[in-house]
This record gives sequence, structure tokens and C-alpha cells, in this order.
Amino acid sequence: MAKTKAKTADELTWKDLNIGSIVTEPGNASQLRTGDWRSQKPIFDLSKCTKCGLCYVYCPEGCIEETAEGYFEPDMFYCKGCGICATECPRDVVTMVEEKEV
Amino acid sequence: MAKKVGMEVTEAIGEAVKLANADVVAAYPITPQSHIAEHLAELVADGELDATYIPVESEHSAMSACLGSSAVGARTFTATSGQGLELMHEVVYVASSMRLPIVMAVCNRALSAPLSVWGDHSDAMAVRDTGWIQIFVENGQETVDNVLCAFRIGEDPRVVLPVMIHLDGFHLSHMIEPVVFPEQSEVDKFIPPYKHPLPLNPDKPVSMGCFGAPFIYSEAKKAQEVNLEASKEVILECWKAFGDAFGRHYHPVESYHSEGAKVLLLTMGSYSETAMAAIDKMRSEGRDVGLLRLRLWRPFPFEEFRRAVRDAEVLIVLDRALSFGGPGGPVCSEIRAALYNEDKRPKVVGFVGGLGGRHITVDGFEYVVDRGIEISQKGSDNEFETFGVRE
Repeated sequence: MAKTKAKTADELTWKDLNIGSIVTEPGNASQLRTGDWRSQKPIFDLSKCTKCGLCYVYCPEGCIEETAEGYFEPDMFYCKGCGICATECPRDVVTMVEEKEV
Repeated sequence: MAKKVGMEVTEAIGEAVKLANADVVAAYPITPQSHIAEHLAELVADGELDATYIPVESEHSAMSACLGSSAVGARTFTATSGQGLELMHEVVYVASSMRLPIVMAVCNRALSAPLSVWGDHSDAMAVRDTGWIQIFVENGQETVDNVLCAFRIGEDPRVVLPVMIHLDGFHLSHMIEPVVFPEQSEVDKFIPPYKHPLPLNPDKPVSMGCFGAPFIYSEAKKAQEVNLEASKEVILECWKAFGDAFGRHYHPVESYHSEGAKVLLLTMGSYSETAMAAIDKMRSEGRDVGLLRLRLWRPFPFEEFRRAVRDAEVLIVLDRALSFGGPGGPVCSEIRAALYNEDKRPKVVGFVGGLGGRHITVDGFEYVVDRGIEISQKGSDNEFETFGVRE
């Protein structure tokens, strides 16, 4: 929605918006920190991980990525804490714990 | 030289849309709007209007189709009534929020149930808060003139907002009225080509109607409000230009013998013409009574309205819609609110009447004025009174 890139999305004033809040920059939804919505966060115990990648497949946010070592990690900027990775992991690698700090 | 013709007002609206050279019409016929949809379909089919006519399956689709066509930069028109306006309701908000200058004629109709095809302002008041510019007209000439003005106002680069023209179903829509149509060349000069500032364009893609999370939604709404408020200046400028070009002048608050009058009646729409006859009669009897007609409903003309009532002692408001369980008519409530903080203000008395096509005659308006004065002096047990209802 930004006319200017100088401000972050949550610094924009109403005067900064394009007419009708039209978005001229493709893909700017990536700036939306959906991690703010989280009440629980996934903790990965990689010692149990077999690198099967099911968490990567099932993550509805598409925010779990493969690391250089071949393990999988969520991007906490986007992770909404839905817990699907914890449910689907066949090795119980993922535990959901309460999010204490924003 | 423009000539005066006799024509049903719905048909005259079609002719005005043709003169405005609309590119797209998407409409679903509904009584009493049907003749607008039919006449425009004829004009397009006969090649008299070079436009795309989209025969949609509902009013919800009509307004949705209009969003798309207006977004690519096509001059877009639609029309509806009563239940049709209700069915398109959610999309009506989208048109203004996305800043798409669609022009819509609404032949005002009562809402079900009981089923009524006849006129009142229930449908108009239900879309009060949708963010459209809204103008009420009283006769055929005003309708044609303001349909033309609506395109110029809405499409102005300082505005870029949709405009609704409210005309009373049947009492106005189905009258055969004398109408002067401007020449095509005059209209071409009066309404510049439409150019949306950020249209849908494959060569320069944009996204419209995106997700607005809590961190940005308030800013989006503030921008919309400021924009609608600011449109008043352009509306005034357009009416001035129209008056200069065609000799017919329009104002946000129209007055009729109201200057200095101690008692004012306020009406909207075609019933105002009957009210004028009542004012004539009462004034001929030496009574100090005047009439105000609220033409510009959104943005509400606070300044002009307060100026118009500043010398009055009693202001009697006739609403043709009812806010159930509330303070009566929506217009009267807004007027009370607009005056509440004024140091000097008239007593405001509210009536609701003319529902579902019920006539109000000259005698009726006289009664409303007399009873309104009585309530202003002695008070009433009710927040408002309903005119003409059988007890």
C-alpha cells in the first residue's frame, strides 16, 4: 500500500496510502508479520529429526524451510503457531509451547 | 439549440447516460427501475450507445461487474431500487472503498415486508453509510442534469468516488416530465474523459481490494472519509459550472421562501414539490413558513445547512424512512445532531410519513406544519410522529 519505501508498513499514515488503498508493489503481503498472531510456538528437537520434510509439506503458512544441513525450521516472522507441524511429525520432533513474549 | 421533450423519467435517465457516453452498463431490472435497464439495453442493441451491456443475474452481480469495468477505466453506469439495492449492499461499500466512480440511479422504493414496489426512502437510508456521494432529485429535469453532473463529479481526479442519484420510485421515475436535453457537443465539453489514476492494467499491474490488517485498516478508512468530505468542493464547482453552461442551478440545501422564515419544513426528493405548493398556500394566507430541501445527502452539507436554519425558530423534518426502535427518521436524527452544539438553534420536530408510496397532499403538508408548531410549543409524548397513519 506504500507510496514510499521509507516507512515500514505499520508506520504509514493515511496520507501515505494510494487512492483506494491500491497496492502497486507486487508481493508486499510478505511484509505482514503473521507471527504476531501466535499464542503457541513450535520447538524443534532436531536430535530426533529424520529430515523427512513432512512438516515442510503440511505447513499451511509455507514458512518452514530446509536448512543447509537438511533439517527443517520455521520462519517465526510468519509462523502463526497452528501446531500442524507438531501433529504431523512422525518422530515427535515438534513440541508446542506457550508464547510468553511478543 | 436544445429542445424540451416530454419523456418518462426512467427513459430520460437512459438518454442522459447515452449523452454521457457510458462505456459499460451492468444492471438487473427491478420495479420501478426496470425501464432504465430496458431503455439502456435498447440503446446499446440499436447501436445508439456504443457501450457494453452486461445482462447480469442479480444486483449483487450488477455492482460486481461495475467494479471491474470502472477499475479498468470504463465509464460505468447502473441503476436499481429497493430490494435490489439491498441485494447489492456489500458490493456498494466496495465501490467507494476502492474509489471506483460508478454512477447509479436509485429509484427509491420501500423495503419488504410487506412487499411494496412503491416509493419511500428506506432503501436510500440503508445505504447512507456506504461512502458514496448521494444526491436527491425532485423532478425529471433535475434527474437528467444530475446524472450528467454525477459522471463529472465522480470521475474528477480530486474525487474518484461513486455517485448515487436518488429519485422517488413511481412518483418521479414513472412520470412523463418535460425535459431539456443538452446537445451532445455540450455534454462532451462538460464531462471530460474518465481516467482512473491507478487502473487495472496488464502492462502496469496493481492489486485492488487487498487484505487490510488492523495496522492499516483505520488509515484506509480515514483516507476515505477525508476524500468524501473533500468532494463537496468539487460538487459545488460542478453545479456552478453546470449552471453557467445550462442555466439551471443546484445547491446542497435548496431553499424555497426560507429566508428569514420562523418556521421551516425540510423534505427530500419529489415530495418537496408538493410541499412547495403547501408553502405557497400558507404564505398566501400570511404565514411565515419556508421550505428547505436537502439535495446533497452525502457528504452532508453541515455549513450550508446550519446557515439555512440559523434564523428559524422551528424546523419540522419529514422523513420517508423509519429507523425502528430509534429516534424516528434518519434525516431528522442527523439534523438534530448537526444542530446540537449550536448556540442558537431551532426546535426540531420529526415526522415520518409517505411510507411505501403513501401520498402526502398539500393539505397533508399543512397539517405537518401545524402539528409541528404545536409540538414545538407543547411538546409530544413521542420522539417523532407518524403522519397519516390510521389509529
